[in-house]
Amino acid sequence: MRIPISWLSEFVELPVGTSVDDIHAALVSVGLEEEGSHDFDIDGPVVVGEVLEFSEEPQTNGKTIRWCSVRVAPPGVAAADGGADVRGIVCGAPNFFVGDKVVVTLPGAVLPGGFAIAARKTYGHISDGMIASARELGLGEEHDGILRLASLGLDPEVGTDALNLLGLDDAAVEVNVTPDRGYAFSIRGIAREYAHATGVVFRDPAVELQSATADLDAHSGVEVTIDDRAPIRGRVGASVFVTRVVRGVDAAAATPSWMIARLKLAGIRSVSLLVDITNYVMIELGQPLHGYDLDRLDGPIVVRRAEPGETLTTLDSHVRTLDGEDLVIADASGAIGLAGVMGGLSTEITDETVDVLIEAANFDPVTIARTVRRHKLPSEASKRFERGVDPEVAAAAAARAVQLIEELAGGHADSLGSRYHAHEQLTPIFLPDAYISSLVGVDYTDAEITDSLIEIGATLEYAHDGLLVAPPSWRPDLTHKATLAEEVARIVGYARIPSIIPVAPSGRGFTREQKLRRLAGDTLAASGSTEVLGSPFVNAELNTVFGSADGSPVTAIKLANPLDAESPFLRTSTLPGLIDIARRNLSRGLTDLALFEVGAVFLPEPGVTYGVTEVPLGASLPSAETLAELNASIPPQPWHVGLLFLGNSVDKQPGQNAIPVGVADALDTVRLLADALDVPVSVRQGSHAAMHPGRTAEVTVALPTGDEVLVGYVGELLPALAEQYHLPRVVAVAEIDLSALIELAARSVEATPLAGYPAATQDVSLVVAETVAAGEVQRAVAAGAGELLESIRLVDDYRSTGIDEGYKSLTFALRFRASDRTLTAAEASDSRLAGVAEAVRQFGAVVRE
Amino acid sequence: MPLRERVRAARGALTVLPSGTCSAGFPQVVPSACRGAASPLNLCLVSDPTPVVLTEDSVNEAVASALAAIDAVSDTATFKAVRIAHTGEASPLSRLNGQLKSLPNDQKAAAGKLMGQARGRVNQALAAKEADVVALESAAQLAAEAVDVTALPVRKKLGARHPLSLLQDKVGDIFVGMGWEVAEGPELENEWFNFDALNFDPDHPARAMQDTFFVEPVSSHLLLRTHTSPVQVRSLLTRELPVYVIAPGRTYRTDELDATHTPVFSQIEGIAVDKGLTMAHLRGTLEFFARQMFGDEAKIRLRPNYFPFTEPSAEMDVWQPGAKGGARWVEWGGCGMVNPNVLRSAGIDPDEYSGFAFGVGIERTLQFRNNLNDMRDMVEGDVRFSQQFGMVV
Repeated sequence: MRIPISWLSEFVELPVGTSVDDIHAALVSVGLEEEGSHDFDIDGPVVVGEVLEFSEEPQTNGKTIRWCSVRVAPPGVAAADGGADVRGIVCGAPNFFVGDKVVVTLPGAVLPGGFAIAARKTYGHISDGMIASARELGLGEEHDGILRLASLGLDPEVGTDALNLLGLDDAAVEVNVTPDRGYAFSIRGIAREYAHATGVVFRDPAVELQSATADLDAHSGVEVTIDDRAPIRGRVGASVFVTRVVRGVDAAAATPSWMIARLKLAGIRSVSLLVDITNYVMIELGQPLHGYDLDRLDGPIVVRRAEPGETLTTLDSHVRTLDGEDLVIADASGAIGLAGVMGGLSTEITDETVDVLIEAANFDPVTIARTVRRHKLPSEASKRFERGVDPEVAAAAAARAVQLIEELAGGHADSLGSRYHAHEQLTPIFLPDAYISSLVGVDYTDAEITDSLIEIGATLEYAHDGLLVAPPSWRPDLTHKATLAEEVARIVGYARIPSIIPVAPSGRGFTREQKLRRLAGDTLAASGSTEVLGSPFVNAELNTVFGSADGSPVTAIKLANPLDAESPFLRTSTLPGLIDIARRNLSRGLTDLALFEVGAVFLPEPGVTYGVTEVPLGASLPSAETLAELNASIPPQPWHVGLLFLGNSVDKQPGQNAIPVGVADALDTVRLLADALDVPVSVRQGSHAAMHPGRTAEVTVALPTGDEVLVGYVGELLPALAEQYHLPRVVAVAEIDLSALIELAARSVEATPLAGYPAATQDVSLVVAETVAAGEVQRAVAAGAGELLESIRLVDDYRSTGIDEGYKSLTFALRFRASDRTLTAAEASDSRLAGVAEAVRQFGAVVRE
Repeated sequence: MPLRERVRAARGALTVLPSGTCSAGFPQVVPSACRGAASPLNLCLVSDPTPVVLTEDSVNEAVASALAAIDAVSDTATFKAVRIAHTGEASPLSRLNGQLKSLPNDQKAAAGKLMGQARGRVNQALAAKEADVVALESAAQLAAEAVDVTALPVRKKLGARHPLSLLQDKVGDIFVGMGWEVAEGPELENEWFNFDALNFDPDHPARAMQDTFFVEPVSSHLLLRTHTSPVQVRSLLTRELPVYVIAPGRTYRTDELDATHTPVFSQIEGIAVDKGLTMAHLRGTLEFFARQMFGDEAKIRLRPNYFPFTEPSAEMDVWQPGAKGGARWVEWGGCGMVNPNVLRSAGIDPDEYSGFAFGVGIERTLQFRNNLNDMRDMVEGDVRFSQQFGMVV
């Protein structure tokens, strides 16, 4: 909301020298946050001049300029810039006459956009200033010619300060009005708040206007019927409807410059006098008005819900098909306006309009909000109705409009007017003694409480153990005692609230999952990877490629209103985000990357319908069944860890060759992560649609039952995909279900006493087919060797001289130890042979001597 | 000689070999191998079995010759050769010693004493030299192993946590230290938890102002949470009272990415519901929080504002003492006393319990706490951004 300062000063007394900052500071203290300030961005000597004479001089470029002699100060008096009283000025516009009063910007003036005026040579003359157009002054968009003051009905003295004359020396403050404070979308509301903040006297402009319409009723003028057969949430669409008629107006009359200037500062463009007046009153009093051309109105007015499918051509010339929930203003011809949102074209006021009907109504906020959303038609009027308009200000606003029309457009108010008023008084709120102090933590005096409430316009009645507080008509947001607490707290000032640190009961610290998740992040970072945050929004293809191991389409959550229509799905994998980020880093010359993300993915199960058909209302505890339904309505969202490596893991350096990344880097990091979380993972040769068929590992965890749970994939990106994403050929990636990993992690460590007996170490080389995975052979040897085997490690994979084609020799280093005795070489050998036997049994391994 | 000095001396000796003069005291028996001056061993291998007469002079001569040879030794190999040459069976001293048995008995004692002293001197010199040679050689090895420590290869590099994660961890630590707990909830939420339970009327403009991502179909009433406040409701529903929790996490709004907005951002909200809580407790909590985040001089200023889920509501500014360019007030977040309707949504009697809640944007906090101008740096994933922070924010 923008508030021109001159306008504000009509309703509160601003001390001399009050600055924009002072006003902001005052308004912020009562809850109106500073958004900015506005002025005409114009400065310096700008005065009223009179065209004494001019000669037209055709130019070689086809233009004709006027070489004018302009009086800019009374005879013998120095002009505002200290120069001569008559100036020679070149002007390109042809729309003025000798004797016209015009606006002259003298050298030294600066116009909007930093346009500095100086005496300058042009078309063979020294032009000692400029005759200004309305647009150059920031007063309008028209550039038809220079501004003739007579067209504004003005005939000021030569030399008069034109900025002051036209209202261009005004400025506006802009504040953010929170959605509970509809009344603050008016000068009236802001002035009241300013008075609250500063203690100055507030003069309510609505009060003196009120009496003008006291004798009207629903039948006293144009017949008005409220016929709402389908109230929304039990609320009738219109609770107040006031009409006034002004006949014989000059609709084509010019809007006075002061009004244009104030509207402009308030952010509203001048359209025509009658429209400007309705807007002006809306800004001043917060009541949206609508003007009808009375001659084009066909019979009495009915306010009703639209017939489904009914059409209306709105002021913007759009034909709109209406919904049964839309509230319309109708006459005998049908709908003539979308209530509170936009008028209809058929009864629009034009320059030919002679008799005007002004509507000042109060519409149900919910009805208006839904219509605005349905037709995507937000407006200054709907913004106010959605947030609540003071139902008691309608008649005053209509009276104010009539007053301005009579004053500025001529005509006379018709005695015929109508007033339908069915708005209910706001329910008084019981405010128990001591409640406010107990909620705010300040020991307010009784006087502080009652004074604050009276100041905001409430009426008080003493009741047993408390007060009955009737909120003022413009505060529909005051609905319970806590809202009154806020009023008292803010009027007295939040600065009064003391500071006390509450003592929470003993807490249990971070949960196991929170600790392990942090450990996961710290481990990955400490091991050399950098955490990034990928976008959760992807397209269907990326979800398919990365979300399923076999490349089949995956079920994913789709957004109804994505920012990017190309990426409407929620991710099922962290890898698309990492790939995107890798590409960005590459494009910035960062070619060695180790990235990780820890984040949620969204994994709806195929065939399950998520969501609920109905959402319970707030402010009451839903039943256990309903809560269970709400909880079950959302899909699983586990935390995943994504890893991506490309380039080199170690740079080339003196005595050190570069080590390019590969699947080993990703797998090593996953192992490290699993070890940090104390989860024993197994690695198997695997396959994943997005990964290199020969360089993909499945990572599993064995359950106590013996079953293995897949927790993720590690591999190198399929080279074709890497190319498609403009990445180097080798990109190592991993995607691990961190939630599952944490779930499977050891709850506690079962430590065993360390045996002090010496270890026996033996190596064994086994020849197996090349296709047999070393890890499987190792698992077999370990299983066969039994308890005495303390550790087993693959130390060599040999496939050359002495080994048949298609075979390989795997050498394992075995370490045996018994917890209760020194092992004999024979015992160790027996154990080794048992391990070998198992490998022989499973893979036909042959011991290589 | 202290070891360090010997090592230092040895360094010099390494490059300059002593000149090879043959100084064994047997000019009559100089072996041919010893005639040249080029022998790097700097000794005369005395292998000529020519008999020598055991006299005091001959013994002294043999000792002098041995000491001179030992003195000239600078490495293990030479040392061993010198030891053999001057104490081995064929050495002059041994041969002289061998004549002891053929001496007349009356001369045996004196000659034996002479020989014993002579061999003692030589052995002592050898022992000292051996220690010197070991020190010299290990010093030489160490010298040979020297590397340029400014050019050693870097094989392990620290990665980095994202500062937004670090900041959330830090806030968690602060509140856990106060006895609060950290609560979490789903990012894809049911509308009831995100709005209705938080006193957002379905038709109130405050709801539309949340710029919500809805899931298709909209009639399923699923959305991406617009704040972490649904976690507050979940906490009130599932935890025993009193409740003191914070809820950090990712949140979503339909804002296009620019310098000050991002569609995916993070928040930390806190809620406390207990008997007798007031706005004073809210201010106290926020002030403690602010001091932990911005230093002991930090303080909180509250301004009236509106949120559907709190009443009274306030905007909080923080006095940031260490701000670049001077201390200043910065808009930090929103807060207030939990709206009675929110308590009712969780089945809590607002006449028995009261509570306060607050929320701050993590991106915004990071932005002014660490002087970052452009929010895009936080989400684009340029590794240089996180690496500025490493593991600490």
